[in-house]
Amino acid sequence: MGVIEISWWQLSLAFGLVLLLALLAWLARLGVSRSLLIASVRTVVQLFLIGLVLELLFSVGTLLWVSVLAVAMLLLAGREVMARQQRRFSGGWAYSIGTAAMFVSSFSIAVITLLVLVGPDPWYRPQYAIPLLGMLLGNTMTGVALGLDRLTEGAWQQRAQIENRLMLGQNWKQALGPIQREAMRAGMIPSINAMAAAGIISLPGMMTGQILAGTAPALAVKYQILIMLIITLGSGLGVMLAVLAGGWRLFDQRQRLRMDRLEMRAR
Amino acid sequence: MPPVTLHLKQVANALIEPFDLSLEPGRICCISGASGSGKSRLLRAVADLEPHAGAVLLDDLEQQRLPADQWRQRVRLVPAESQWWLDRVGEHFPAHYDGAGLEALGLPAQALEWQVSRLSSGEKQRLGLLRALAFPLQVLLLDEPCANLDGEATRRVEALLLARIRAEGWPVIWVAHDPAQIRRVADYRFQIKQKRLVEVTDGCD
Repeated sequence: MGVIEISWWQLSLAFGLVLLLALLAWLARLGVSRSLLIASVRTVVQLFLIGLVLELLFSVGTLLWVSVLAVAMLLLAGREVMARQQRRFSGGWAYSIGTAAMFVSSFSIAVITLLVLVGPDPWYRPQYAIPLLGMLLGNTMTGVALGLDRLTEGAWQQRAQIENRLMLGQNWKQALGPIQREAMRAGMIPSINAMAAAGIISLPGMMTGQILAGTAPALAVKYQILIMLIITLGSGLGVMLAVLAGGWRLFDQRQRLRMDRLEMRAR
Repeated sequence: MPPVTLHLKQVANALIEPFDLSLEPGRICCISGASGSGKSRLLRAVADLEPHAGAVLLDDLEQQRLPADQWRQRVRLVPAESQWWLDRVGEHFPAHYDGAGLEALGLPAQALEWQVSRLSSGEKQRLGLLRALAFPLQVLLLDEPCANLDGEATRRVEALLLARIRAEGWPVIWVAHDPAQIRRVADYRFQIKQKRLVEVTDGCD
């Protein structure tokens, strides 16, 4: 069973309805019409472009081009992590900590999943590798951004307490420990909640997509379970790595709290 | 911990020009100066809580040769505002703490059971001082230890500190505002004037 084709005029109709929503929002003076329009245009253009890229990639299918796209996705995710932090590390550290944590966790788990759990032939077959990495990166990005934001904000707000602990002879790990654990917890909560709600409150997008495309629900469910588990794994690992590295960067080699290494994002 | 002599050699930061200072065991050096003149930052340099120039030594042991946490286990800075992060006061003290000093500072023995959220600023200051003294130390750095206290509590804190300092032989740098207090406790008096640490001789303050 194939998928029913959607034509361009049908998409235009949906877009027209969003224009109506923007008009309504404008009449109600919500102040979101502009960003709503920009975002809906972005979604059309971006998805259209990635569609072209994927079509191209699927027809070539070499490891080199899969890797190029994977790295591009990683770098963009790193930029997004940085943009989501209020008070962030200065001098490129915000970018490198987030990106490195996502690289280590998402890439290694994507490779393990492809090699051991799913096993397409070849293992980097773009039809599997790219969506898998995309979902992993997208969720890890959310977790890492949340975790780092909590870490830097917590350290800033509780800097007097951290220093008082240092004055009593605690080392930096003891002094920062509670804030670090709280930041890791905050970063892991979204994926835990998503697992808890899956199938009851929300029908996950990938499973829905596969069912729409004609996959038997039983198989679609298996894929969805696999994806949710590795997403939790990937984002959990990524959050822990990022918060550990961030904590290390908050102190210098004399275990002094270095708030001067953070900068407030210009608004 | 055995008594030591504290040496500051060419210590400096953005607010204070290089200076030398040596303090024998049990000696109290009071430092005063306008707010923002760098008194607290001088204490932070000695405790190695912020980057600074020059050398700080306990006898001949150089600050940078000890891991920073071990340095601060010996050189205890008591901040003007103490911080409390657990629910009860007593949880912040070492397990073997027997309540020494509570009575002398006019606090009841059950103060250790108090909720930290209900402490007044004066209680925080006195309990913060007792907590700082409850862990072993060799050098004491006090940042306005009586800032939030009334006359009677101030006298109690001074009496307790003088007795402990004499008994234990800690060299002390004591940042203070009140000239009368400085006369009561100081062995040496210094002022920060135009980024310089200058000794105050009698009749000049």
